[in-house]
Amino acid sequence: MTRWSWSRGLRARLLAAFALVTMAGAGAAAWSGAGSARAALVEAHEHQVTTSFADQVRAVAPTLSYPPDQATLDRLRTALGAGTVVTYGSARSAAGPGPDLVSAELRGAVREGDRLVTQRVLDAGTPWLVIGTPVVLTAPDGTRTPSGVEVYTVRDLTVVQEQVDRLARSALATAAFALPLAIVLALLAARTVLRPVRDLRDTARRLAAGDLGARTPPRGVDELAQLTVTINEMAQAVQTSMTAMHGMQSDARRFVADVSHELRTPLSTLTAVMEVLADTSADMEPDARESAELAITETRRLVRLVEDLMEVSRFDAGSAPLRLEQTDVPRAVRDSLAARGWLDEVDLVTGEDVGALVDPRRLDVVVANLVANALRHGAPPVLVEVSATDAEVTVEVTDHGPGLPPEVLPHVFDRFFKADAARVRTPGSGLGLAIARENARLHGGDLTADDVAGGGARFVLRLPRGTARRDLERS
Amino acid sequence: MASLLLIEDDPLVRRGLELALTRHGHQVRTAGTGEDGLRQLAAAPPDLVILDLMLPGIDGFEVCRRVRATGEVPVIMLTARGDDFDVVAGLEAGADDYVVKPARPSVLDARVRAVLRRTAGETEGIRVHGDLRIDTGALTVSVRGEPVALTPTELRLLLTISRAPNRVFGRQQLLEEVWEHGYLGDSRLVDNCVQRLRTKIETDPAAPEHVQTVRGFGYRFGPL
Repeated sequence: MTRWSWSRGLRARLLAAFALVTMAGAGAAAWSGAGSARAALVEAHEHQVTTSFADQVRAVAPTLSYPPDQATLDRLRTALGAGTVVTYGSARSAAGPGPDLVSAELRGAVREGDRLVTQRVLDAGTPWLVIGTPVVLTAPDGTRTPSGVEVYTVRDLTVVQEQVDRLARSALATAAFALPLAIVLALLAARTVLRPVRDLRDTARRLAAGDLGARTPPRGVDELAQLTVTINEMAQAVQTSMTAMHGMQSDARRFVADVSHELRTPLSTLTAVMEVLADTSADMEPDARESAELAITETRRLVRLVEDLMEVSRFDAGSAPLRLEQTDVPRAVRDSLAARGWLDEVDLVTGEDVGALVDPRRLDVVVANLVANALRHGAPPVLVEVSATDAEVTVEVTDHGPGLPPEVLPHVFDRFFKADAARVRTPGSGLGLAIARENARLHGGDLTADDVAGGGARFVLRLPRGTARRDLERS
Repeated sequence: MASLLLIEDDPLVRRGLELALTRHGHQVRTAGTGEDGLRQLAAAPPDLVILDLMLPGIDGFEVCRRVRATGEVPVIMLTARGDDFDVVAGLEAGADDYVVKPARPSVLDARVRAVLRRTAGETEGIRVHGDLRIDTGALTVSVRGEPVALTPTELRLLLTISRAPNRVFGRQQLLEEVWEHGYLGDSRLVDNCVQRLRTKIETDPAAPEHVQTVRGFGYRFGPL
């Protein structure tokens, strides 16, 4: 079965989507919230600083004498505190720590206008607010004239910056706090979707494995429940037709088994009396003797056919017993050939003692079938070769006849298959090779057919040797 | 040659086998049911019973058990080919041998003769093995002075393996010598017969002294 890679699973994708959406939402909210709070904070601070500075300047301005001399400028600067510089034309107060932050642009704006101008400057990582204002003289009649004195001051914005940073950090923390919450939610959501999906998958697997009774109880009324119902209906339909098919198949098999069984009783009688007939046939008229001989031959054929049919029925019903015994395969093959008087007609090539855990009766059936086939349809010499690897033992039966035509090859193991449609009479039942292959497969091995180069058919029986050496002991 | 009792329910099969076995020189009586067969057995015991397992009324296994309970008359059963259950259950019920159906009379005759053959070659006298005493001339066996009744097959098995104490006999070898089976004999015949023999001659059949198992090879007589 396929194992989904975790990263491609539905759960992972749902989790990723939830986390992304949450982070995007929380991030956007935090960012915009922090942004507006920052703007408000900075503005309020600036306003407060500029207002107090303007008030200071306004309070001090009338006490000055004009045009101011250097001492006046210094006095004004002292009155306005550190970080301030006062200029009048090219004259200027003794420099404080900050005035070099005053840009030409700001100075220009102050000189041209008559009001307070501010500029934010970043110097070596420290944010500063630079404020510049011209000192304006207000006559008793209310007219305002610029005095030519300009005052610049520089204020540290670090405190505000720190406040803003704190704000951003807390927004970020809030967003981060939402992430595990989002993951938990995503897992919960994934569970409600994934559990029915997983149930469906398990059901589908069981169906595929042949358990046609597998169903998933539908839960709820959503699309997944509808899908579940549909799959259940499909499984039901498959099960119904499979049951019908199996029924027909097993009916047919039972019929074959029953017929064979019923045939066996009359065949028992025939087998019994055929020998009496054979014993006495020598004294019969030639016509009667030939008739008796025909009856005897055909009775034997019928017995063989019924036995083969019953054997096939047992394979079909899965009731063919396998009685494994530790067997010396070359010797078993030799005995099998000897028992049928074939040792003179067959070249037997075997290695040393090749032990295998097989059913010797079934091995005998296969060998007898293959060699009988080779002797009947092939041409001599017939070669039987036994070889083995650690895992399996191989019996190869090769003849030197015309071989198997390509159109015959796929059907040689079919039941009642006759290579030559015109040839109706063969001594075999037409089930021999089918039974031979069933016997091989019952062992977990196989029987295959092909042609050797230069003509001749080759049948190869492969049987596993059996892992555990189980001896013949039963008691 | 021998008097046989054939218990077979199908009248035509019964008649066919009767004809053929009679031609082989046997004296054949027949029964159509197990009940009838047991009645005839009680009236006049035959040398051997040929028993079809598929019988109406009491089945072949039960008939076999009752035959075994009444005496030492050997039983050959007729079984369906490939029906292992029949073979195993029949041997456990005490059958000496079996022939698959449709039974060829010549095969059946050979089995009958083999089962009825009690001796195993030479009769050199009396063999004593612990508390077991085998008289190879009189064909009697006793344990601690008590005579033991053995079927012909059991006796022949004992005679065969006691002929060469401490020698291991393979199952195939015993099948050939005792049952006269050729190629691919059923080794379960040997195992079953050994079990029955042990219950009769061993003090403790689970820890046999006389007929011992040699794992992977077969059986041997002794050592004590």
